[in-house]
Amino acid sequence: MGVGVRSGDYMNLLNLDPDVKVLLPDGSARRLMDYLIPSAILMLAALMLMISMFVPYWHMSLTAPQYPKGLYVDVYVNHLEGDVREIDALNHYLGMPKLDEGGRLERSISIIAVVVQGLLLIAAVFVHNRWAAALALPALAFPFIFLADLWLILYTYGHSIDPQSALGGAIDPFTPPLFGAGMIGQFGTVASAGPGLILAFAAAGVVLIGLWFHRAAYKPIVDARNKVKASTSQAAQA
Amino acid sequence: MRSLIQPRRLRYVLAVILTLVAILAACAQPAPAPAPVAEGIPADAAGVIAERGLTPDDVYAAVKTYMPTGQYDPYIMFSSGGQSGQVLVIGVPSMRILKVLAVFTPEPWQGYGYGGATNKTLEGGYVNGNEIKWGDTHHPNLSETNGEYDGQFLFINDKANARLAVIDLRDFETKQIVKNPNAINDHGGAFVTPNTEYVIEGPQYSTPIGWEYAPIEDYAEKYRGLITFWKFDRVKGRVDPSQSFQIELPPYWQDLCDAGKGPSEGWFFCNSFNTEMATGGIEEGNPPFEAGTAKNDTDFLHIIDWKKAEEVFKAGNTENINGIEMIRLPTAVEEGILYFTPEPKSPHGADVTPGGEFVVVGGKLDPHVTIYSIDKIEAAIAAGGFSTDPYGVPIIPLDNTMEAQVELGLGPLHTVFDDKGYAYTSMFLDSAVARWTLGGPYAGKNPDEPWKLVQKLPVHYNIGHIASAEGDTVSPDGQYVVALNKWSIDRFANVGPLLPQNFQLVDINKPGDQMQLLYDMPIGMAEPHYVQIIKADKLQPFEVYPEVGWNTETMSVDPNAVTDPSQARVERDGNTVEVWTVVVRSHFTPEHVSVKKGDHVIWHLTNIETTRDATHGFAVPAYNINLSLEPGETETVEFDANQAGTFTFYCTEFCSALHLEMMGYFFVEP
Repeated sequence: MGVGVRSGDYMNLLNLDPDVKVLLPDGSARRLMDYLIPSAILMLAALMLMISMFVPYWHMSLTAPQYPKGLYVDVYVNHLEGDVREIDALNHYLGMPKLDEGGRLERSISIIAVVVQGLLLIAAVFVHNRWAAALALPALAFPFIFLADLWLILYTYGHSIDPQSALGGAIDPFTPPLFGAGMIGQFGTVASAGPGLILAFAAAGVVLIGLWFHRAAYKPIVDARNKVKASTSQAAQA
Repeated sequence: MRSLIQPRRLRYVLAVILTLVAILAACAQPAPAPAPVAEGIPADAAGVIAERGLTPDDVYAAVKTYMPTGQYDPYIMFSSGGQSGQVLVIGVPSMRILKVLAVFTPEPWQGYGYGGATNKTLEGGYVNGNEIKWGDTHHPNLSETNGEYDGQFLFINDKANARLAVIDLRDFETKQIVKNPNAINDHGGAFVTPNTEYVIEGPQYSTPIGWEYAPIEDYAEKYRGLITFWKFDRVKGRVDPSQSFQIELPPYWQDLCDAGKGPSEGWFFCNSFNTEMATGGIEEGNPPFEAGTAKNDTDFLHIIDWKKAEEVFKAGNTENINGIEMIRLPTAVEEGILYFTPEPKSPHGADVTPGGEFVVVGGKLDPHVTIYSIDKIEAAIAAGGFSTDPYGVPIIPLDNTMEAQVELGLGPLHTVFDDKGYAYTSMFLDSAVARWTLGGPYAGKNPDEPWKLVQKLPVHYNIGHIASAEGDTVSPDGQYVVALNKWSIDRFANVGPLLPQNFQLVDINKPGDQMQLLYDMPIGMAEPHYVQIIKADKLQPFEVYPEVGWNTETMSVDPNAVTDPSQARVERDGNTVEVWTVVVRSHFTPEHVSVKKGDHVIWHLTNIETTRDATHGFAVPAYNINLSLEPGETETVEFDANQAGTFTFYCTEFCSALHLEMMGYFFVEP
């Protein structure tokens, strides 16, 4: 081989050992990498989900004249961070529940739920038929479920106004926006997705890619097996 | 054979990953900086300049000192509050008062002395059990590490009652007042050693040792000067009287002092002004003190070896007088702790140069400043063979200690320094700031010849102390000098016969005779004496207390803190009623508190706010109670419910839109 590397050689570099091959039941051979790739992609998706637990999923910032630095709350899958205490102190005038009271159940089970999703993705690596897609389904659905649940929590906040509070009687029930700008009294609010939620959505996308490669790798095996089965039964009939 | 791994697909996967990275990286974006107006003066501003008749110097002074909203001063000045007994915190160069710190005098805004732990702090300054309602604060001194301000503590003396206060700069609150058990008054305080091992309180008017009576005829025999070395415990943030000691001095009215540093570290210098031992008595035909104390051509600069004094104290060669160890005068002489050298005439101030090589003394009634060399002093002490004063204290001849004399004019008092080898002396009689050059290692730092007067800048009027930015440290900043003028006469609108003092800010950036006056700041609440100016970024105080339930006396969480309204309660034990109240915008919990007349009430309040500036007050009418509860603070107030009635307690800090509604009822049943 010369000094120059041709495009085919890149594949050889990626293909750890071109002589190690997977032998299909019909006698054809496939590269080992064809099978390692879907496994790696699904594991990457699992890893992304795991990382997402350590960064905020949702972010809300509040600005008002007397808060020059603004206030913010970061929503993680299992806890809240930021100026929760101050936001609660302000919300008490409106008679809104404390931030901590929303989504308690979800936060208590979220770590287990995300870890289980990751484990199911890894299990899908070892399931070489269409059931792999079923195992990946929770991870695909997770970011959508998160958003739906967050909307429900926000709706509940805005519709649980204590009429006994200082301003409770003057406020119509409302739902704080899931994304984008809102206004409550002198406070402007901006809600946005956090890196965690973006990671979770990206993980769902990666899962889809992984499943595509997974199908591309294992469908030929299933087909070859069926072909062999068919030819064996033909031979038996003969 | 077909392969799944084709370059096109790989690119696709890579693109997905890169997009993810890009999305994550997009989270932090720097904000664009606003562009300052760089050139030209707007037409309407030029109109204002013309209309007000401002000179170019005026415009320069205005733009040099104007601080746009939200911008901070680069320096913070701690000023004596004079007869108010407090300390002023002032921004430099804007000269805006940022805060008045309660120190020796009760102060209602800070809830200082109106219930709570601050009552105990003030009680520390009671004299023989008698309440003292004021202080005459003179000389604030910042704590130092290696001769640099470290921004941790501030000390200040009360001349009237010989007391010392410790202010913790984590929260800018007074933590301790100690009464000097053997001094009636002090002046030469507070001064710190280069690592704040000791805070030094010098005396002023001599009195009999041990708080005793003695007729004036016994002056030479029984009256004494006294210098106190208060041991400072940095960890506790308190002076430790048990580790402190005093040195008995002749009754010469020791005055202002400074600690040596660098080559002079271990020495302490004080001027004195009554070596005549004048005893006054104008009513009996004697010369009044003003004449009697000014008779001699020279008084004595006191040179004190404090490291040796510390050894003598630790060796136990002391006498316990009124609970504090004292090195008696004969011991001080015998152990070589105390030396004198002459200083002309009616001297004032003793200021050590930044490098510690020289001590500068002004002669109030002598046109010179006299500069002493520590090398010469040490060589002379080593050579020995001195004459002595009537108390046996060795006197080193002036010729053997003096480095230079610089003629400045009339009434030189105090001297401060900059980073360019200039010294600045306040000239009381000339009403001027004199800029002059230092020699020795400082020569060549500026274009001017050493040991020479360079400029006299008129100030308005009768300047006392003077200060420069970080001027007492081993590395002064230059930049600004502040003249502390005793009279303002015509500088401000007439506000009646009692006039404000005048702090004048002087720009000392340019060399030679280019000092320029920038700003007049009226001080209309007392006569401050001295200030110190520290770089603002050296101060790192709390924005809010670090934990909810903070006890500002112990600087830790209070066992009686309640952090949630569910913990608020009232408990009765016999005739004692204990209340735990939670304070938050805009309500107290509980809002109804009932006791019976004669009950002893112990009321703990915790402000559970964690937001900057969310301070609440707690006032109880008729009971002389007002607390300032800063965010996170817990306070306890104790009192006897000796008046029956229906009282309203309320928040005294406008905390929120519903602040007026933040109140409660305190029922005292007959």
